[in-house]
Amino acid sequence: MYVYQDYDQRLLEERVAQYRDQTRRYLAGQLSEDEFLALRLQNGLYIQRYAPMMRISVPYGMLNTTQVRKLASITRDYDKGFCHVSTRQNIQLNWPEVADTPDILAELASVQMHAIQTSGNCIRNITTDEYAGVNPREIEDPRPWCEVIRQWATFNPEFAYLPRKFKIAVNAVPDADPALIGVHDIGVQIVHDHNGETGFQVWAGGGLGRTPMTGEVIGEFVAWPDLLAYLEAILRVYNKYGNRDNKYKARIKILVKALGADKFRELAEAEFAELKGGAMTLTREEVARIKACFVDPDYRTDVDTAALRNALDQHRAFNRWYHTNTRAHKKDGYRSVTLTLKKTGRIPGDITDEQLEAVADLADRYAFSEVRTTHQQNMVLADVAEDELYDLWRQLDALGFATPNLGLITDIVSCPGGDLCALANAKSVPIAEGIQRQFDDLDFVHDLGPLDVNISGCMNACGHHHIGHIGILGVDKKGKEFYQITLGGRGDRQSRIGEKMGPSFESHEVTGVIGKIIRVYLDNRLENEPFISTYERIGMDPFKEVVYG
Amino acid sequence: MAKVIVNGEIVENTWRRLTSEELEQQDVPAEGAVIVPLAYWLAHRDALLERAAPVGVCLEPGEEPADLAADLPALPLVAVNFPAFKDGRGYSYARELRTRYGFEGEVRAVGDVLQDQLFYMHRVGFNAFEVRADRDIEEALNGLRPFSVTYQGDVHDERPIYRRQSA
Repeated sequence: MYVYQDYDQRLLEERVAQYRDQTRRYLAGQLSEDEFLALRLQNGLYIQRYAPMMRISVPYGMLNTTQVRKLASITRDYDKGFCHVSTRQNIQLNWPEVADTPDILAELASVQMHAIQTSGNCIRNITTDEYAGVNPREIEDPRPWCEVIRQWATFNPEFAYLPRKFKIAVNAVPDADPALIGVHDIGVQIVHDHNGETGFQVWAGGGLGRTPMTGEVIGEFVAWPDLLAYLEAILRVYNKYGNRDNKYKARIKILVKALGADKFRELAEAEFAELKGGAMTLTREEVARIKACFVDPDYRTDVDTAALRNALDQHRAFNRWYHTNTRAHKKDGYRSVTLTLKKTGRIPGDITDEQLEAVADLADRYAFSEVRTTHQQNMVLADVAEDELYDLWRQLDALGFATPNLGLITDIVSCPGGDLCALANAKSVPIAEGIQRQFDDLDFVHDLGPLDVNISGCMNACGHHHIGHIGILGVDKKGKEFYQITLGGRGDRQSRIGEKMGPSFESHEVTGVIGKIIRVYLDNRLENEPFISTYERIGMDPFKEVVYG
Repeated sequence: MAKVIVNGEIVENTWRRLTSEELEQQDVPAEGAVIVPLAYWLAHRDALLERAAPVGVCLEPGEEPADLAADLPALPLVAVNFPAFKDGRGYSYARELRTRYGFEGEVRAVGDVLQDQLFYMHRVGFNAFEVRADRDIEEALNGLRPFSVTYQGDVHDERPIYRRQSA
């Protein structure tokens, strides 16, 4: 993980002092609601339906166990004993008091954490593949580049009042998009030139929300020293020319679309030409300093793989979990383990204070004291030795984190929805729960194979419904909650926006409709064909006929 | 007379800013320093340059600093208006004036100018701030220095922190 220098820490402490003063002036009536709004948002504080919501930054999803324990105690002391993993890999508190928020930030700062720019019209948390650094398919570790970008974006004075929020993701896997760069304001694809030097293919103009679209390649190959200059060029064009009259047309995707990729590229390249070679040029020394924070842990070389094979032969439930919730690791003898936070009846991604502490204990014992959050609202222990998997599984099972459903129909991604969020048009959690209850037979769930179900309670698309194989969007029709269903979205090997099926459904109809969709799939699938491939082969019509017929 | 922050000090505001509405009703007064809109400047440049008292130009969001580039050597002041503090276009304009065109005169933030934005404004090149009239300008002065640490370079020092540290 990135290790703070004295100046990183000083910056956080100064931020806490600044925010404490802003909160004092707000509570004393010296700052208007609107003025405080912009300030508190850039510190992660929303005012929600019942209480404020505070979004804590987890840069590219990385946490150490000291931080996890701090989150547990904050959750216990300032909230109702649970928090929520968001689809931006951040952690959300749902019930803090406004007056307590400076203290919460001070607690976070004591463990090198903060809520800087987790909301508001600024550059948000940088995200990447949750298996970054251990994924055998990546061409290099993307996290140092995420950190380079994080520092440039943090309190960047020119880009704090953008037309709209701005999200950047970095991907280092060729031919797959685990970081969803295709649907980010800027997506950075790490590539290597023929000499093996690192460079970046830079995408811009992707995004979900009201007008979902995938981005365009703006920079075909940006040499690594120029990364920040290139990003700054794109941001400057956006800051100057992005739409500010209508918040629904304010994201960079609308600007890229309106100008066309060629014109946008021309403007960005003109800015870049001025910045290139200047003081923003990255140095080998600085990149090396940051890379040194992301070296491999002390992997064991004496892992007893025979023990794993025995356990797999003897325990069917362990075997199923192993094949579903763990995945290949770059290091022989190791696996990455995903803890699914998708207990039926709970908000997907919710975790309690005690569970956080238990996860921290397990990470200390089995995973080099490191925990990751994922954009599918789960947690990852990235480095677990194969001969310790069985022990870990038994403990995870006791905690309820070993449901073997990763990537299956019941591993639903969902925003908190209308139960908590003031923006939502409709509830999402009861819909998720209905689907989880309908598909409660694990054998059947496994037979269905990989299936991404994503639910958003409104157009803002926090549940990433556009990229679900089955996407569910809550909409409001004359004060009643309806749900619109999309099929064929992808956020797996590539990012693709799903297609609307047709008229929306009332809440009590949704699980029945999902059942019919699954039936069409089962009737049409070829051997070993996953849902998304069947959909892409047979198209929308057979599904529509059965659902609306 | 109203106060303004210039180079970190609170001083009397000696400039009068004229809006395009005002300039439809009246001519530029013969006396005193004035700030006029970009369009007015472009239309009346020669006459304005003959004035004995100084003339500055105000950019609105949506206007291009490039349209003023050739005239910058003749201008002592460029103002950038923030009709609402959340409209951040002016940050890029100030930066452009300083780094692209090398403007060394006064760059003044006017309009919805508030304490909590001053630090960022200063970093992108503003050196003068007409704090909104209903706010305490003394208190606003605190907004210039909430942080001793900055990651990025800015118009005052283009080096990012790691280049400053190793220097």
